[in-house]
Amino acid sequence: MSASEGQQHPIAIYLWIWLLLFVLSAFSYGVDYFHLQGALRWSLILLFMFLKAGFIVAIFMHMNWERLALKLAILVPPLCLLILIGLMAVEGDYTFLTRSESFTKPAPIAAPAHGESSTAH
Amino acid sequence: MAVETATSVVHPSGVTPGLPGVASDFASDKQAFVVPWGKAMMWIFLLSDTFIFSCFLTSYMHVRISSTVPWPNPSEVFALTVFGNHIPLILIAIMTFILISSSGTMAMAVNMGYRRRRGKTAALMLITAGFGATFVGMQAFEWTKLIVDEGVRPWSNPMGAEQFGASFFMITGFHGLHVSAGVIYLVIVALKVWRGDYDRKGNYEIVEIAGLYWHFVDLVWVFIFAFFYLW
Repeated sequence: MSASEGQQHPIAIYLWIWLLLFVLSAFSYGVDYFHLQGALRWSLILLFMFLKAGFIVAIFMHMNWERLALKLAILVPPLCLLILIGLMAVEGDYTFLTRSESFTKPAPIAAPAHGESSTAH
Repeated sequence: MAVETATSVVHPSGVTPGLPGVASDFASDKQAFVVPWGKAMMWIFLLSDTFIFSCFLTSYMHVRISSTVPWPNPSEVFALTVFGNHIPLILIAIMTFILISSSGTMAMAVNMGYRRRRGKTAALMLITAGFGATFVGMQAFEWTKLIVDEGVRPWSNPMGAEQFGASFFMITGFHGLHVSAGVIYLVIVALKVWRGDYDRKGNYEIVEIAGLYWHFVDLVWVFIFAFFYLW
């Protein structure tokens, strides 16, 4: 089917994807409702999220039937966000460690006898 | 098609010099993507919007990682007590289902548009806009509950890390703005469909372009739901 003539597809495919999105949303909510924790929680959240996002973009936004040039022009640039996310995660960890060192621990040098912890900074 | 350009000055090398050259270079009628220009432009706009929302979510990730104070548990913050039952995150779950429903009706509207069903297209678009307005209404309820009842502010909140309020208002506020703009956009296009503008033009592309915007709003919510509410 030529993309320039418009995106005409059987209604059934939309209904199936619609149903699938409902089910996936229910699963996502289930992750929270049943108090799943740890790595299982995060991997399930990400799995359902990427499935939902993928079906919305591919079917509802018709990306699946567009030409490769448009697909690449739209879908490749966001990949550079991974670099930003990676950098900010490292930076956030560093900030956390610095704050933990400077602000939350009782200052190790301040002797309890003097009680001059305000000058320890 | 008018082939002759406004500029008559032609450089010996065959290209127009100076500012008219800039205009003729940019307006040289080259088409990169085999889709209507409006659709290509909408996709490029959505790409830029992707970066805006990603920056918000990334900054949220950063403040959440770097905070030494415990982050408020969204499951509890957004819980509601319905008929005596305490249900975690129920309001957000309902909002998610409403937005998914609106995406479905929008997809059907696009499909009906290509089948030249004027009435059904307009009706489905208005239903979509109705779902969108419901979503914004529930968001207003949620904001009121947080601001008035629980004292959440962009700079402080009683539940934990101060950055929670700033991230929450920024991310959901910007998304809500997109939904509100989308509702107005959909209503305008629906009324034009109803009036028969696109039948006369013989072209329902605009319905699909409006649909792209609407699906994107739903797409952003998928990420907000996962990262802000569930994480």
